[in-house]
Amino acid sequence: MKAAAMKAIVSLLLATASHPAFAQDLSAPLPEDSPVETVESAAGERDIVITDEAAWSDIGIAIPAFATDRERATPANADGTGALGREIARVITANLRNNGLFKPVGPDSLPQPAFSAVRAPAYGAWSGQGAEMLVQGYVTARDDGRLVVGCYLYDVALQQQLVKEGWVVAAADWRRAAHKCSDLIFSRLTGESPFFDSRIAYIAETGPKDRRVKRLAVMDSDGANHRFLTLGSATALTPRYSPDYSKILYLSYVDGNPRIYVYDIGSGKQTLVTENRNPTIAPRWSPDGKHILFSMAVAGNTDIYRIPATGGTALKLTDNPGIDVGGSYSPDGSKIVFESDRSGSQQCYVMDADGKNQKRISFFGGRCATPEWSPRGDQIAFTRIAGDFNVAVMNTGGGNMRVLTRGWQDEAPTWAPNGRIIQFFRTEKNSGRSGIWQVDLTGQNERRLPTPVDASDPAWGPIRR
Amino acid sequence: MNTKLATILLLASASGLAACSKKAPDDLPPDPIQTTPTPTPTSRPVTPTGAAVGTQAHFAQAVGSSTTIYFETDRYNVDTQDAAALQAQAQYFARYPQITFTIEGHADERGTREYNIALGEKRANAAKAYLVSLGVDANRIAVVSYGKERPVALASNEAAWAQNRRAASVIIN
Repeated sequence: MKAAAMKAIVSLLLATASHPAFAQDLSAPLPEDSPVETVESAAGERDIVITDEAAWSDIGIAIPAFATDRERATPANADGTGALGREIARVITANLRNNGLFKPVGPDSLPQPAFSAVRAPAYGAWSGQGAEMLVQGYVTARDDGRLVVGCYLYDVALQQQLVKEGWVVAAADWRRAAHKCSDLIFSRLTGESPFFDSRIAYIAETGPKDRRVKRLAVMDSDGANHRFLTLGSATALTPRYSPDYSKILYLSYVDGNPRIYVYDIGSGKQTLVTENRNPTIAPRWSPDGKHILFSMAVAGNTDIYRIPATGGTALKLTDNPGIDVGGSYSPDGSKIVFESDRSGSQQCYVMDADGKNQKRISFFGGRCATPEWSPRGDQIAFTRIAGDFNVAVMNTGGGNMRVLTRGWQDEAPTWAPNGRIIQFFRTEKNSGRSGIWQVDLTGQNERRLPTPVDASDPAWGPIRR
Repeated sequence: MNTKLATILLLASASGLAACSKKAPDDLPPDPIQTTPTPTPTSRPVTPTGAAVGTQAHFAQAVGSSTTIYFETDRYNVDTQDAAALQAQAQYFARYPQITFTIEGHADERGTREYNIALGEKRANAAKAYLVSLGVDANRIAVVSYGKERPVALASNEAAWAQNRRAASVIIN
């Protein structure tokens, strides 16, 4: 561990010395994450697992403002903990509304329960308002400045508490408590895994089509806490969050050539994925974060390599005169889906993690590009090129192909942590304007994500711990 | 010393340019070189005047539109017209052996981002290999791919795509 850290520092120093341009495109580093501590565990029995989406799409959920025991000042909100409780309820309402499965009613059109009513809801009153589900909660500020947020889900008709949980967060992380509460409600009502408390790395784009500025940027799953990580003097592309959110792999032209860098979020420093004169592209993490896949062109021909995340010797996984590029691990790390034009056009292939048993899986006409294995393991999302670009999914053997989007150029899918939603970027014909969109696995609930400027190459990270 | 050969090659590259329309649709906009007054090959001085040796302007003055070669969709092979343009380039670089240069490989917007960087890399390296086969020292040639990130023609149609599938030799000062 110490040796590895020392080695990383040494290689960083070496890299910095040999490439003085390194730091020139980087913004100030992000503040370190502080942990979210769970203080109460769920008490409700998980006996109701609803699988028919139509059955829960019309559930009316009331989400009144979270109560506070006493008004206190907090860095999280200029107007104190009471106003913060309303903001938390607004964030939860927006989360549940935006994924299209629920019809929540938020705090701005609801009465506010007193602190004492959070654990003893006025079922009769809520039933009279037509609410089937009720989310109540509280926020209190501790003397150390940290916030305690409690979250309760009630079934109004059954007059029963379904689930409850609480979290202690730094004031700056108050939105994470709102996302944790959203995840708790979503999981309890759908039987699906959570996804709201997660982050997205992407490329922010500005400027005309022939002089496009492309910057590395990050944001929460709902677009909040947006930050630019590079300044834009060098083109940045194709980021990937590490599974523990401590690093981002991405491509930068900062030294004039396309090369993959490992950006350390805490320190704001970056190192080359491999010291090499050849261009490196298409970085990917293994699910355990211990390995990095990248593609490297040698004398013009691109193949896929694997290298330990701590550095060392790269192992060549493909060896083919065609272009082999990208790659996405199965969740258990045993297999990799990648794209290759060895057959004459871009198609998707699966191989073992050591490069053995390479086998084409896409045979449905058109081309198969940018395959991404679902975190659930059962599906592969990809860019289907058949004239236009569309986001499609297939099973891991290449069967049951389904096209989910109908844009002119919908490219580079990335999975939500729970494997239920796919984000991608859509480019407009002629203008080249781009934006991040999402769609669910049924092809429904397509929507554009709010970003401060144009956006491409979304990379959805895992659920945060 | 090689003025006669240079003239022939310039003629060859000019005819290569005219024949370029085979690769691009009929509605291809005029090549940038044709929008500026260009002396006919027969009246053009073999030794460029105006721009300084070692600049892109001097190179472009000498070889005209042959600074750039164009590719079919998803292809990276050097065809006969590309060969004529690269011969003009090789002639120029033989005459100015002190010059180093970069070949920038590009793709049109109809491929995915990562694949297109790999494809631009193949195109630039194909051009490099051809120049090396004509006697240009490989150490003088740097290669970089921009994939679809730096189009020169901005529309989303066949004519624009044909202009963007290219490998451009560039002298960077």
